[in-house]
Amino acid sequence: MARTLINVPQKAKRGEVIAIKTLISHVMETGFRHDNMGKAIPRDIITSFVCTYNGEEIFRAALHPAIAANPFITFHTVATESGTIAFRWTGDNGFSQDASAKITVG
Amino acid sequence: MSGPARLSIFAAPLLLAALVSAGAEIALNERRSAYDDMSRDNKAMQDDDTSNPGMLAVLDGEALWAAKAGASGKSCADCHGGAKASMKGVAARHPSFDASAGRPVNLEQRINTSRVQHQQASPFAYESKEMLALSAYVAMQSRGEPIAPPDDPRLKPFLDRGRAQFNQRQGQLNLSCGQCHDDNWGKSLAGNTVPQGHPTGYPIYRLEWQGLGSLQRRLRNCMIGMRAESYAYGAPEYVDMELYLMWRARGMKVETPAVRP
Repeated sequence: MARTLINVPQKAKRGEVIAIKTLISHVMETGFRHDNMGKAIPRDIITSFVCTYNGEEIFRAALHPAIAANPFITFHTVATESGTIAFRWTGDNGFSQDASAKITVG
Repeated sequence: MSGPARLSIFAAPLLLAALVSAGAEIALNERRSAYDDMSRDNKAMQDDDTSNPGMLAVLDGEALWAAKAGASGKSCADCHGGAKASMKGVAARHPSFDASAGRPVNLEQRINTSRVQHQQASPFAYESKEMLALSAYVAMQSRGEPIAPPDDPRLKPFLDRGRAQFNQRQGQLNLSCGQCHDDNWGKSLAGNTVPQGHPTGYPIYRLEWQGLGSLQRRLRNCMIGMRAESYAYGAPEYVDMELYLMWRARGMKVETPAVRP
């Protein structure tokens, strides 16, 4: 299981622009490297990141081999209603990790 | 391996007198963490626990602290309780003298001693994910605490040996640690600022490594840079040097898990 760290403000005013920060532990092995025996190390990366706000997709990113280990993704959205902001990372070898955070909009 | 090591012990005092130019220790009030030389972005990464990638390992370490291990079926927490209280300040006073070993041991060795003797589990390998995670979790409990090397007379000969190693020229480049980190800190080396070399935040998350690494990994790095033969992980030479570095950084605040470029 991958570790995740999520930073979403617990409270926000309606219409406020909020910053969302996400961090996940992942090796992001590029697939371009070779081990000591000259054997290629197979690619193992996160390929997709999706954020939904009460079920509606608000942000999506495609990740590629040049992205460093433990990808940190930060973006902004407008706080529209109270509810759940959910995150899903998917990648090679069936990798899938979920995380979520609650937000109260007043 | 043991050849140069033995040489360093016996030849150090002679070489010191002959070879070290300035070798003055940095005045206590002039000491600074390499944190102060980082970019604003890197500082922000370290300061925010939800953007500091070292915290991912700390979460792993927290799980290891509570996980039962070995034939004893005990976890760290079963004996020590909550790490927040029991491990506060522990990293700040390591390496410390271990009576059964008859010499100082660093935090990693202390963790492994506990694993073998009390948990009856196999020791973690140096630089393994587990060792880095658990040592990061333990060391983080000292965050903000001043580095406080134990005032233990039994440590004196090892501290002196560490200091001698620090000031001894070595490797094909014929450099000592002190020539960069005492005499030329703040100047540039290949575009980087030469730090004073205080071990305030280990294990650190180094962006260049894309992962966490121990102080000994960092020391290896420097020795390879000097084209000197590095020691094996856990070698007494490294622990003596760690002891001297912690003494040199006494009173500075622990930053674990620090982020460094």
